[in-house]
Parts: sequence; C-alpha cells; structure tokens
Amino acid sequence: MYNLMVVDYDVATDRIFGALADVTRRDILTRTARAPESVSGLARHYAMSFAAVQKHVAVLERATLVTKERRGREQLVRADRETLHRAAELLQAYEQLWEQRVDAIADILSEEGTPS
Amino acid sequence: MTVVSSHRDPERLTLAITSEFAAPPARVWQVWEDAQQLSRWWGPPTWPATFTRHDFAVDGRSHYYMTGPEGEHAYGAWKVTDLAPPHRLVFTDAFADADGEFLDDPAPMRIEVSIEDGGPGSRMTVTTHFSSLEHLQQVADMGMEEGMTLALGQIDGLLAEPASV
Repeated sequence: MYNLMVVDYDVATDRIFGALADVTRRDILTRTARAPESVSGLARHYAMSFAAVQKHVAVLERATLVTKERRGREQLVRADRETLHRAAELLQAYEQLWEQRVDAIADILSEEGTPS
Repeated sequence: MTVVSSHRDPERLTLAITSEFAAPPARVWQVWEDAQQLSRWWGPPTWPATFTRHDFAVDGRSHYYMTGPEGEHAYGAWKVTDLAPPHRLVFTDAFADADGEFLDDPAPMRIEVSIEDGGPGSRMTVTTHFSSLEHLQQVADMGMEEGMTLALGQIDGLLAEPASV
C-alpha cells in the first residue's frame, strides 16, 4: 500500500503539506477560496497580530496555495484554484489505487476452478 | 465498475471505498485470507506485492515486500487486531524493515474491512484511517501516495465549496 506509484513528489508538494499543517492557514485558505480578502480583513478573524497573519499568508503563498494582488492600498489574497485542482487530482489517484485493487480481486473471483 | 461508492472524510482522516462482487462473502474472504491470492492484488500494478508471512488471526502478523520497476524492494507489515470470518477484518499496516518489524515512523494506518451479503453477491467496504495530519505529512515525505492524498482530502473539501473565481 505504500505507494511508490507514479506521482511526482517534489518540493512544491512538500510545501503544500507544510502549509496545510496549521489550523489558521487552513482557515485562511477556506475563506479565500470563497472570496478574495485583504490581509487586514483576514487579520480581523484571528486573535493574533497583523504581522502574524501576514506570515501565515506568506507561507501559503510560497506553497502556491494563494496568490496576492494589489488593489489600491490593499493586498487581496485569493486561493489558487490551479494548485487546489492539482491536489484534488492526487486525491483521485489514491482512489484509483483502490479501484485497481478491486478490479484485480474481481479478476481472481471470476477465474474458474478457484476454490470457493 | 466494481467500485460502487467512495467517501472521503477529511475531518477524521479517513477514506471509505465500497465495492460489489459476484461471489458470496465466504469467497471474497479468501482473497484476504489466502496469501497467494492476496499477493495478486495488494500491490499496485507497478509495485506487485509478495506476502512472505501471513498469520491471519487476531494478533497475527503478516510480512510482505513490493517490487519496484528497478527490482528494488519496499517492505510492509500488518498486525491483525480483529477478525470475524467471513465478515469483518481490522488490521494495522505500516512500513517495515526487512524482518517485518514496524518502523516507528510514521504510525501505522488502521484498515477496517467489512464484507456483507449484497449486490450481485457481496458488498465490501474498506475504510482507511490515518492517525493525524502530522502523520500524513511524514507519510508524504516518504513518498507514499496515500499520505498525500489524505492530507489533500482537506483541499477536496474546499473545492466542494462555491468558488468565487
């Protein structure tokens, strides 16, 4: 089950996991997947300093999970759908492993002369 | 398609897959019980598994290795924690050393199997539980697809929410 299957594991993936390992960052991701928000707007949701929230956003940005764009005096943070979709594809790959197993079991069961 | 449903639960770090087979539960049970049959389906196509020990009883241990495209071996082991033929099997599965001893990290995953009468013969549900997100991180670091995909289950939840893009 340890699959060494063909999924490119690289630094980018490592960063995604690191970024997701924190509850605040997961929350920021959830919010900005719904709608872009400014860093100061995000900071209002958490009992931590603006600078601390800024750091969390920077981690997400390095993992390419969010992008920032300047709008007037503010930086708008939005979840990067492309990275999210790539992640969803990896998740599907795991299901495919089980689909392959199930198909292999069905093949074994369909053989004649197998003891039953 | 033999798989009839699957369910990812990112909150509980689990994935459940239900499939149906045209054979009675007692026959489906054998693909788990018989090491030779098990070896034919446990490994992914590119990493076929070979079970070298299969003590299929409560507290029993199983040892296996998988052979990669370059002929390299990756070792794994099971420990059975609950077993009620032909309907229920619970075991832990982890990376192991060449002697079949569990490696300390990452913690084993728990796999629950239920096989009931249903569909064209049997309905089998396999549920994989991971112990923590940190575990998933470690697993991912080791290049295990499972780890990756489960951690990413969280993202899948996000994708299910309305997008604003």
